[in-house]
Amino acid sequence: MTAIAHPSGHHEEHYPGGLLRWLTTTNHKDIGTMYMTFALVMFFVGGLMILAVRAELFQPGLQLMQPEFFNQLIGVHALVMIFAALMPAATGFANWMIPLMIGAPDMALPRLNNWGFWLLPPAAILLTLPFMLALFGIGDGAIATGWTFYAPLSVQGGMGIDFAILAVHILGISSIMGSINIIVTIFNMRAPGMTMMKLPLFAWGWLITAFLLIATLPVLAGAVTMLLTDRHFGTHFFNAAGGGDPILFQHLFWFFGHPEVYILLLPVWGLMPHVISAFSRKPTYGYTAQVYSFIAIGLLSVVVWAHHFFTAGMPVPALIYFMFSTMSISIPLAVLFFCWIATMWRGAMTFETPMLFAVGFIVLFGIAGLTGLVLADVAADAQYHHSYFVVAHFHYALFAGGIMGVMTGVYYWLPKWTGHMYSEKLGKLHFWLTVVAFNLTFIPQFFLGLAGMPRRIPDYALQFAEFNAISTVGAFILGLSQLLFAWNIWACVRGGPKAEARAWEGADGLEWELPSPPPHHSWETPPVIR
Amino acid sequence: MSIRVPASRTAAAPMAGRLRTWASLLPVASALPARDAVAAFSFNFPEPVTPIARETLAIHNEFMLIITILFVLVFAIMVYSMMNHRKRPGYEAATFTAPTSRLQWFWALLPFAILLFIDFILMGIPAVNAIIEMEDTKTKADMVLKVTGMQWKWQYEYPESGVKFVSTLATPRDQINNAEAKGEHYLLEVDNPVFLPVGKKVRILLTSTDVIHTWWVPQFGVKRDAIPGFLRETWVKIEKPGIYRGQCAELCGKDHGFMPVVVHAVPEAEFIAWQDAQKARIAAAASSSERTWSKDELMAAGKDVYGKQCAVCHQPEGQGLPPAFPALAGSKVVNTPLLSADGKMVPDGHVDRVMNGKAGTPMQAFRNTLSDADLAAVITFERNSFGNQRGDMIQPAQIKALRQEGSKP
Repeated sequence: MTAIAHPSGHHEEHYPGGLLRWLTTTNHKDIGTMYMTFALVMFFVGGLMILAVRAELFQPGLQLMQPEFFNQLIGVHALVMIFAALMPAATGFANWMIPLMIGAPDMALPRLNNWGFWLLPPAAILLTLPFMLALFGIGDGAIATGWTFYAPLSVQGGMGIDFAILAVHILGISSIMGSINIIVTIFNMRAPGMTMMKLPLFAWGWLITAFLLIATLPVLAGAVTMLLTDRHFGTHFFNAAGGGDPILFQHLFWFFGHPEVYILLLPVWGLMPHVISAFSRKPTYGYTAQVYSFIAIGLLSVVVWAHHFFTAGMPVPALIYFMFSTMSISIPLAVLFFCWIATMWRGAMTFETPMLFAVGFIVLFGIAGLTGLVLADVAADAQYHHSYFVVAHFHYALFAGGIMGVMTGVYYWLPKWTGHMYSEKLGKLHFWLTVVAFNLTFIPQFFLGLAGMPRRIPDYALQFAEFNAISTVGAFILGLSQLLFAWNIWACVRGGPKAEARAWEGADGLEWELPSPPPHHSWETPPVIR
Repeated sequence: MSIRVPASRTAAAPMAGRLRTWASLLPVASALPARDAVAAFSFNFPEPVTPIARETLAIHNEFMLIITILFVLVFAIMVYSMMNHRKRPGYEAATFTAPTSRLQWFWALLPFAILLFIDFILMGIPAVNAIIEMEDTKTKADMVLKVTGMQWKWQYEYPESGVKFVSTLATPRDQINNAEAKGEHYLLEVDNPVFLPVGKKVRILLTSTDVIHTWWVPQFGVKRDAIPGFLRETWVKIEKPGIYRGQCAELCGKDHGFMPVVVHAVPEAEFIAWQDAQKARIAAAASSSERTWSKDELMAAGKDVYGKQCAVCHQPEGQGLPPAFPALAGSKVVNTPLLSADGKMVPDGHVDRVMNGKAGTPMQAFRNTLSDADLAAVITFERNSFGNQRGDMIQPAQIKALRQEGSKP
């Protein structure tokens, strides 16, 4: 927690020391640090859960756990990784970087900011508490429906579902407050002369994310509230016998769930051009095109939701509409890929850790995009859907896309945050281990899906044994190599070679004009953009 | 799927199987029977046996080719750039940020024109054709099969002939718990497989009694959800006789991984013979509800039904898995009076719970899936087992009478 080792000269403002400082802080850097720390801790919590799952799947037969517990682990793994690791990490970036990048002294609504963060720990506790309670014989464990809460399975389930519903409510409120703060900050606190079309792409990516969160989280909140009343107060929203419809839940859930994918990815797409441009020593290619692509993806993301349940059955025109609208997302996405590669083209590249992660991100996220394109096809989707093919696809999107993107940003800005350089050697080792182990884990899952292995099963037929064994070995290497990441960050916080204000030779942007680490209040005098 | 598993991978060599699994982790698995290890690696869909599955495989192969070409092309450009556009003495980075000349605009926009063509023409047109064919469930259907998903088994019904039965996992629990060597079709075998004639267009109607399940046989190329309270449909026309195996594909609770689908595709004559045998079996079961059974008979039959239908949740010794699945040993419900004084069903009593289930829990209404004799037998068995000593019994004929009372008093 010494990430914010402020030079003593900046103590003109009084704030309490110790724990109380972190509880009461309204400083965007403190809050950003707390978000990032929370995300890292939860990343390991979610990772441990899935390693237990992969260990169970190492061989056919039930080895370590019963199916009920297996179902709880997969669902909570997803909820933790999405809501408690990836989203807080993105919000942590926003808190730390947006004021620095747009020339603002702090976020616009600092108290809201504090509240937004401190809602997260209680939500995380609510999510995982049922595991502990079950140890003491209370209830039957955590949510066992997968992260999707599909009714009527979730109407039937135990009290773990109620815990998860309340956790999602709290996480949703926290995200909406974060989004409001980011929108207000970007709209009102830009440095003089920074027009919207001079806004850093990272801020643009987050701006679209914030609007998507505000548009879709209330729908999720509504859906899980309806679930709660179905469970306890005698309503029949999702019960056909009472005039309801189980598929209604899927529509509501994925109206949130699909934009959620872009909520997780847009901040990463936003930070990517900064990193690529810095290490190519060349200005970002196609700024305007990227801004409009962000907007287009944001708009398209709310009209494609039903491709998540093609197998539920729907009219032919609906199938065709959702297929083509989904496919058309490939156009703005291809614009981004084009711009990333065009930024590298004829640059003067070096490959420090952030650039390695950025290149790894582009290639592996490319696989996610291309397999997404085939998944959009309804006919082929009938084979891929509910199978390990989908599991592999979305891990390419959310691990290689989301988490490796976050790692890119962490390595890129860590010198700025801490004032120290991290160990480049460890960083590169971390990158190569991550990339190799990630592919070792998830390439076999594509083939498992094609061969016909359904997802979310605790035990499988013998012809799936070999690929599952390989996948488990990969997962353990992947999990263990993340310890290097944590160690590297910790060591960098504690010390290391002094980082200059402009830590990277080719880095451009307002954040590099401030010393590393930046002063307590970022831009007391706003810079003037010409 | 079955054809992918070589016959030698059976119970005979569990140790060898384990060794092969390890060996497959090595780059060269030649030290051990490599043929089997390699045969188990399948890199594409299993052999298609329906028009839809063939079309799906063709589309899949075409799309994989397209995306592989895209991947290689795009990243070849990037790798070229990474090799050549590096920082080195005397090398100046360019500063362009957008296309400037007309020619540059052409080259910048060309990839997107190609992508549009790929999306909406190259991939789009075959996809639309396949969708229309896949959803064409009604025209020229030769017969109907109704599939009902329930936790955690499938019920199959042939509306034309009235044949109806439940199909559950046949793999012994000891194999799952690694106490016994795993069989060739581990987890993909059932007690009552569903039979379908080859060369006939079968319209499949799907529904569920509890939660959403998904009926999937990879070699048929169809996967469709079974949704409680609604009918969904799909169709198959199996072109080749054989045994085809699949699984439930939608998470449906505890035993989601243990509700396989096994379809025997047979020539029509054989199908008719099978169907006649099923009809005879159903008639025999119906007549058995007329006669009076001895308690020993009921207990023996009940033990069998319990093992197949109830033990999954309530456990073989009736101890249950509380709190989700209550114990039957000493259960309050089991130990209610069998019938009311005037011979009616006791609301929320034992017979009511078995026949009508409990809403909002996985306890299902077995009146829909079990015969009169099976119900009488299993109720009698439960009342006189696991330390429950009610001493009474119920006859199939009584169950038959109770069915007339309606689903709920």
